[in-house]
Amino acid sequence: MNRRKDTLKKIGALAVASMLCAGMLAGCNGKHDDAGSSEGSDAKAITLTNVSYDPTRELYEEYNKIFAVHYEEETGSRIEVVQSHGGSGAQARSVIEGNDADVVTLALAHDITSIEEAGMIESDWMDEFEGNSSPYKSTIVLLVRKGNEKDIHDWDDLAKDGVDIIAPDPKSSGAADWGFLAMWNYAERKFDGDEQQVKDFVAKIYRNVLVMDSGARGSTTTFVENGQGDVLVAWENEALLSLTEYPEDYEIITPSVSILAEPSVAIVDENADRNGTQEAARAYLEYLYSDDAQRLIGENYYRPSNEAILEEFQDVFDLSVDLCTIDDFGGWNQAYADFFADDAIFDKIYSR
Amino acid sequence: MKKQSNPIVKWILIGTSAAFFLLMLVLPLFEVLYRSLKDGWELFSSALTAEYTLSALKVTLIATVFALAVNTLFGIMASWLLTKFDFRGKNILSALIDIPFSISPVIAGLAYIMTFGRSGWATPLLNQINELLGTDLSLVFSVPGVVLVTIFVTFPFISRETIPLLNTIGRDEEIAAAQMGASGLVIFRDITFPHMKWGLLYGMILCAARAFGEFGAVYAVSKARGKTFTLPLEIDALYMAGSADSITQAFAVSSLLVCMAVIMLVLKNIVEYHGKKKNAI
Amino acid sequence: MGKARVTRKKSVIPGFGLTLGVTVAMLSLFVLIPLASVLAYSFRLSGQEFIRLMTRPNVVQAFATSIGCALAAALINCLFGTLLAWVLVRYDFPGKRLMDGMIELPFALPTAVAGITLTKMYSNNGFLGRALESVGIQAAYSKLGIVIAMVFIGIPFVTRAVQPVLEKLSPFYEEASMMLGASRLRTFCSVILPEIAPALLTGFGLALARGIGEYGSVIYISGNSEKNGTQVVSYIIMQKLNSGNVDYEGAAALALMLLIISFAMLFVLNIVQHAASRRTNA
Repeated sequence: MNRRKDTLKKIGALAVASMLCAGMLAGCNGKHDDAGSSEGSDAKAITLTNVSYDPTRELYEEYNKIFAVHYEEETGSRIEVVQSHGGSGAQARSVIEGNDADVVTLALAHDITSIEEAGMIESDWMDEFEGNSSPYKSTIVLLVRKGNEKDIHDWDDLAKDGVDIIAPDPKSSGAADWGFLAMWNYAERKFDGDEQQVKDFVAKIYRNVLVMDSGARGSTTTFVENGQGDVLVAWENEALLSLTEYPEDYEIITPSVSILAEPSVAIVDENADRNGTQEAARAYLEYLYSDDAQRLIGENYYRPSNEAILEEFQDVFDLSVDLCTIDDFGGWNQAYADFFADDAIFDKIYSR
Repeated sequence: MKKQSNPIVKWILIGTSAAFFLLMLVLPLFEVLYRSLKDGWELFSSALTAEYTLSALKVTLIATVFALAVNTLFGIMASWLLTKFDFRGKNILSALIDIPFSISPVIAGLAYIMTFGRSGWATPLLNQINELLGTDLSLVFSVPGVVLVTIFVTFPFISRETIPLLNTIGRDEEIAAAQMGASGLVIFRDITFPHMKWGLLYGMILCAARAFGEFGAVYAVSKARGKTFTLPLEIDALYMAGSADSITQAFAVSSLLVCMAVIMLVLKNIVEYHGKKKNAI
Repeated sequence: MGKARVTRKKSVIPGFGLTLGVTVAMLSLFVLIPLASVLAYSFRLSGQEFIRLMTRPNVVQAFATSIGCALAAALINCLFGTLLAWVLVRYDFPGKRLMDGMIELPFALPTAVAGITLTKMYSNNGFLGRALESVGIQAAYSKLGIVIAMVFIGIPFVTRAVQPVLEKLSPFYEEASMMLGASRLRTFCSVILPEIAPALLTGFGLALARGIGEYGSVIYISGNSEKNGTQVVSYIIMQKLNSGNVDYEGAAALALMLLIISFAMLFVLNIVQHAASRRTNA
C-alpha cells in the first residue's frame, strides 16, 4: 500500500512538472508572439523602452514620433519607442527590479543614481550628455483657481491659516522633492538661515496640505478634475498644460524664488547592452538636444536647455524668477539624505 | 407571502435595501456609462479602438485565459483531494489555499518582484533555465508576469466554489464505484464531474471576472503601456493623463470593462439557475 | 511544508497521491513560494527596527485607518448585507431577480474603475458629493470616502454568506415564535440571529480582511493625506516602494503584518466554520 502511495506521489510530481513546463513554454510563446506581431514584417525594426516620470507623457508621445522619422532617415531602420510613466522614484525602482528600460528619463538625478548604484548604469552618466545630461529644465510654480480668492502670491501665503494645498508626496514624487526644496530655499532667505524658523515655516505649509497624492499627475487630477483645494504646488509644465486646457479657470502664480529642476536622462547600460540597443539609445537621447526637439520641448512647456531656443519661448516662461539649484543643497544625494530619507527632515516636520 | 407578515415592515425593508442597492451598486454603473458617453459617440469609439486599448484588451484576455486554465486544473485537483480524503493537515491546507483571497493585491505584486525580479532570489535559477532552453523569459514586467500575478489573485476562486459543493454531496457514490473496480478517471468523469459541473462553471466565471479587473497586483509588475498593460492599467493611464478628453476616454474604456462584468454576471446567473435546478431534482 | 507528515485513513478512492501532489505543488509555486520571499525580506529587519517601523506615527495611523475603516465598512455591510439577503429570500417584489443578480457586481467590477467612479461621484463636483457637501459632509478625500469604497467592495461577502442559510431556515420558527407573542425584534434576535450568526461572521471576516488590504478602489478616493489620517496600509507599502530610497524591508515587514492579520482572521473564520458545520452535522 505504502509503495503504491509512493508511486502515485511520483506520478503526481511528474504531472506537475510537465504541466509547469507546458505552462512556461506557453508563456514564452505568448511573449514571442507578442513581440513578433507588434514589430510586423519589418525585421529591422528596433524597439526601445523609455522609462520616464509622470508629466512627460505628452512630450514623449510627440518626441517619439519625430525621433522615429529622424532615425529612419539617418540609419534606414525603423524604431518603435515603448513608454512607461509613473512617479519618478517608482519608475527607478521598477528598472532596478527588471523593467527592461533602454533609457531612463527621470525627474531627478537621485533616481538615476539609485539605478547606477544597482550597477546598471555606468558611473559617468552625468557627463555623457550635455548640461549634466539634462536636456530640458523646469521649475515649481503655484496654480490657483481664477480670481485667486485666497490671495496667494508667494510661498509665505501657503502658510496662512485656511489655505488648502494640493501637493504630491515628497516620499514618492520628484516634483514634490523639488517643490519642498524650493520652499525651503525661500524660507532660508526669509529667516536668514535660522533652521528652527525654516522648519516651522515649511511644517506650517505642509500642515495645510489637504490631499497628498503619490505623484505629480495625481495631484493635478485632484486639483483640476476633482476640484479639491485652493492651490496646487506643481511643475511649471503641468501648470501651463492645465492652463491651456482650461484657460478660463486657473491662474499661474510664479513665486519670487523657486528651484531650477533638472530632469536627467541616461542610457541603462546593462539593458541596452543586452538588447543591443546601445547605439539607438544614444541617438535617442542625443536627438533631444537637436533644435527640432528643443522646440518641441518648449512647446510642451519644458524649458529648453538651449539658451537661444529658450529665448524664443520667453513669453511662455517667466524667466525673471530667481532660481536656486540643487547644488545649493549639496547635490541630490546629499539633499535626499538630509530631507527625504526615513526620519530625515521631512518626516520630522510632517509627522510630529 | 406569509399571512401575518406586516406589509408596512415588508416594504420598509424592501425600500431600505433597494435604496442601498441603487446607491451603492446601480448608481456607479450609470456614472461610468454617463461619463463615457457625455462627450459624444466619436470620442467613445475612438477610445475603444485606440491601439493602446486593443493591446491592453489582448493582454487582459491572455491573462484571463491562463488564469482560467491553471485555476480550473487546481480547482479540480484540490476539491478532489479535500473532499474525498481525510488526512492530517487538511485544515491547514484548505486555509492556505484561501490566502490570496484575503491578501492585499499589493503584496501579491511585491511577492513576485521579490522572487523573480532582477534582484529576486529565484532569478539566477530562471536565468539558468532560460540559458538551457534558449529562451528569454522574464517573469516580471512582462506578459508572463502579468499572467502569474493574475493567477495568484484568482487562485482560490474555483476551488472555493467546488469544495463546498462536493462536500455536501459526500463520497459514497465514489466509494461504491471504487469498490466495484472503477478507475479514478472513470469515477471522476462519470460520478464526480457531473456533480461539480455547475459549481466549476460558476467558479470559472468569478475567476474570469476577477482576472479582467485586477489592478493593484498587476500594477506592480506591468510598466510598459501598449505592451504589458491590461485594461485596468490603461484606464489608470488615461485617467492620469489628466485632460478632460482623456478622463472621458478612461471612462469609455471602463465601460468596456463594465460590460464585460455585466456579461459575467448574466452568465453567472444562468449557471446558478441551472445549478439550482439540477440540485433540486 | 509539512506535506511529508501527511497521514490519512485508508480510502478506496484512488487519486490521493496525484491530487495531493498537484495541489501542494501548484499552491507552493504560485502562492507560497512568492509569499515566502516577502517573509524572507521582512526578516532582514532586526526586531528593534521592526518595532521602530511599526511604531512610526504614520504607520500606526495607517493601521488604525485601515482596520478602523474596514471594521466600520464590514459592520455596515453586516447590517445591509443581512437586510439584502433577508429581502431577497423572504419577499417577492419587482426587480428582485435583477437585485439578486447584481450583488456580485463589486467582485466583477475592476477595483480601479470602482475607485475612479466613486471618487467622481463623491468629490464635491460630483452630484452626490455636492449634495453631501451642502449638508456639511465631506465624502471623498476623507475617512468616510474610504469607508464608502470598502462598503462597495464588501457587499457580496455578507449577503452571499447569509443568503443560503436564510433559505434553509424555515419560516415556521419565526411564525411559531411570533405566535407565542414575541416581538419582531425579539424573534429576530433570539431565533434568526443565532442561526445566521456563523455565516454572518464568515461574511464579516471576509469583508474585513478584504477591506484591510484593499488598494485599487481606496487610493483614488482617500486622498492619502497623513494630516487627515487617510493613508491606508497598502498606500504606505506602495509609498515605501515608490520612494527614491526604496525600502523593501520596510515594505515587506508591513506586508507581513497585513498577512498576519489576514491569516489570523482566516484562522478564526475556519474555527468558526468548523464549529458551525459540526453543529449542523450533529
